[in-house]
Amino acid sequence: MTELLKNKVALITGGNSGIGKAISIRAASEGAKIVIGARDEKTGKETVDYILSKGGEASFIKADMSDPKQIDSLFEKTIEKYGEVDLACNNSAIGLSPHVPLHEYDTNDWNHMMSVNLTAPFLCMKHEIQHMLSKGGGSIVNMSSANGLIGTKGHTTYTANKHGLNGLTKSAALDYADKGIRINAVCPGGVETPMFNQTYGKNSEAWKKARDFHPIKQLGTPESIAGLVTFLWSDASSYVTGSCLSIDGALTAQ
Amino acid sequence: MEDKEFSGKVALVTGAATGIGRASAIKFAEKGAKIICSDVNEISGNKTVSEIIENGGLAHFIRADVSNGAEVKSLIDQIIKSHNRLDFAFNNAGIGLFDKQIDQCTEEDYDKVMNINSKGVWLCMKYEIPIMLEQQSGCIVNAASQAGLVGGAGLSIYAASKHAVVGFTQSAALEYGAKGIRINCVAPGIIDTQINQPFWDDHPELYEEWKSGVPMKRYGTADEVAEMVVWLCTKDASFVHGSTMPVDAGMLAR
Repeated sequence: MTELLKNKVALITGGNSGIGKAISIRAASEGAKIVIGARDEKTGKETVDYILSKGGEASFIKADMSDPKQIDSLFEKTIEKYGEVDLACNNSAIGLSPHVPLHEYDTNDWNHMMSVNLTAPFLCMKHEIQHMLSKGGGSIVNMSSANGLIGTKGHTTYTANKHGLNGLTKSAALDYADKGIRINAVCPGGVETPMFNQTYGKNSEAWKKARDFHPIKQLGTPESIAGLVTFLWSDASSYVTGSCLSIDGALTAQ
Repeated sequence: MEDKEFSGKVALVTGAATGIGRASAIKFAEKGAKIICSDVNEISGNKTVSEIIENGGLAHFIRADVSNGAEVKSLIDQIIKSHNRLDFAFNNAGIGLFDKQIDQCTEEDYDKVMNINSKGVWLCMKYEIPIMLEQQSGCIVNAASQAGLVGGAGLSIYAASKHAVVGFTQSAALEYGAKGIRINCVAPGIIDTQINQPFWDDHPELYEEWKSGVPMKRYGTADEVAEMVVWLCTKDASFVHGSTMPVDAGMLAR
């Protein structure tokens, strides 16, 4: 344990599964007190129990990111328990939609995806920044995607969400750069989460095709994404803000 | 702090006499790597070596002009002769040209800046990559700049040379991605190092003015860039490939 994040309070939305779970576990191992805000109580509590079993500190707060009232309540409860938020990763998201061309895309689906993938990070940042301003600093990482930098066929809504999130990151970073708050986005390519393996079927032809879509011919691991988030939360990245960092095995270098 | 990921590994830093190169050589050494400090400036290059050794690290100096293919080849040959491997290379040697509009630049200006900043990075990779291919491992970080992604008045040749570094990095990442070598670059904003000193000497009034234009209202330190350089060589960065990592206080977000 290097304790890069010792005694910091770190809020991770969607910190119960996939990339978010890896971030929760890694940050806890670096000494942070973890708050997982997520919908699913079962996996949320499992992740908390795992962190506690390793001697870390963590709590779960149930929150549905499509409901602004639940986001307000997530922060009320976090502040009630810990009094502050030093680090935040706005990570909850609805994943890549099935390939649906724009002219057939249901407007209600667009609105729902927009609310979870873009409005929720905005609402979370309002709370996070307010608390960080009162404390004199903090570091926010928004979980974007390679789709925040490029487009892919059949994923118009997700691409729009993530481009929006990168835009939100850059402008917000400029607003608070001289106030001690750093705000960055992480833009992963394909990451081998349980959901990814389930969607593609591990080692199936489709899975291999998705893997080999990345010039490095590998998928990311949730742990490696957590590594970048940890770096961006730590003081080692004290001059990094407003950046949308690709972590994608050279996918966007083409 | 010694880190088992780095101990016993061999790291080459070009332009290690001063600034970002010096800070990176020191940081690699603190983690336990053996350092080859290279530069055209023997006196200052050896000062970096002495500093590392005084702090209990391992380092030696090899003089090389990165714009000269025979010297770069000899540099790499000597490293292999002494250490039989090369794990990390920070191709950092570079010079500034910050105050000349296109019509004022001479062919000599162009050749000098391009030969060191751009051809130098290519030559270093040309001789480093075969070693790393043979090892089936290695990590290269090239020194780009904020001016590798955007232009700047008075910076045209410098910006062109650094844009070339980004292009070399991305293309090399695509060529060697599946072969165990990771290749990325850093894009520092305005860092308070000696490379800028001639410019500040000529324009002392701009020192404060430019600082107020940085979103964080301060210049970066060489150490803050070194943190990113070394991080890119960790296992946490295993999926970061072909990326340009800004360390710029938000300059590129504007």
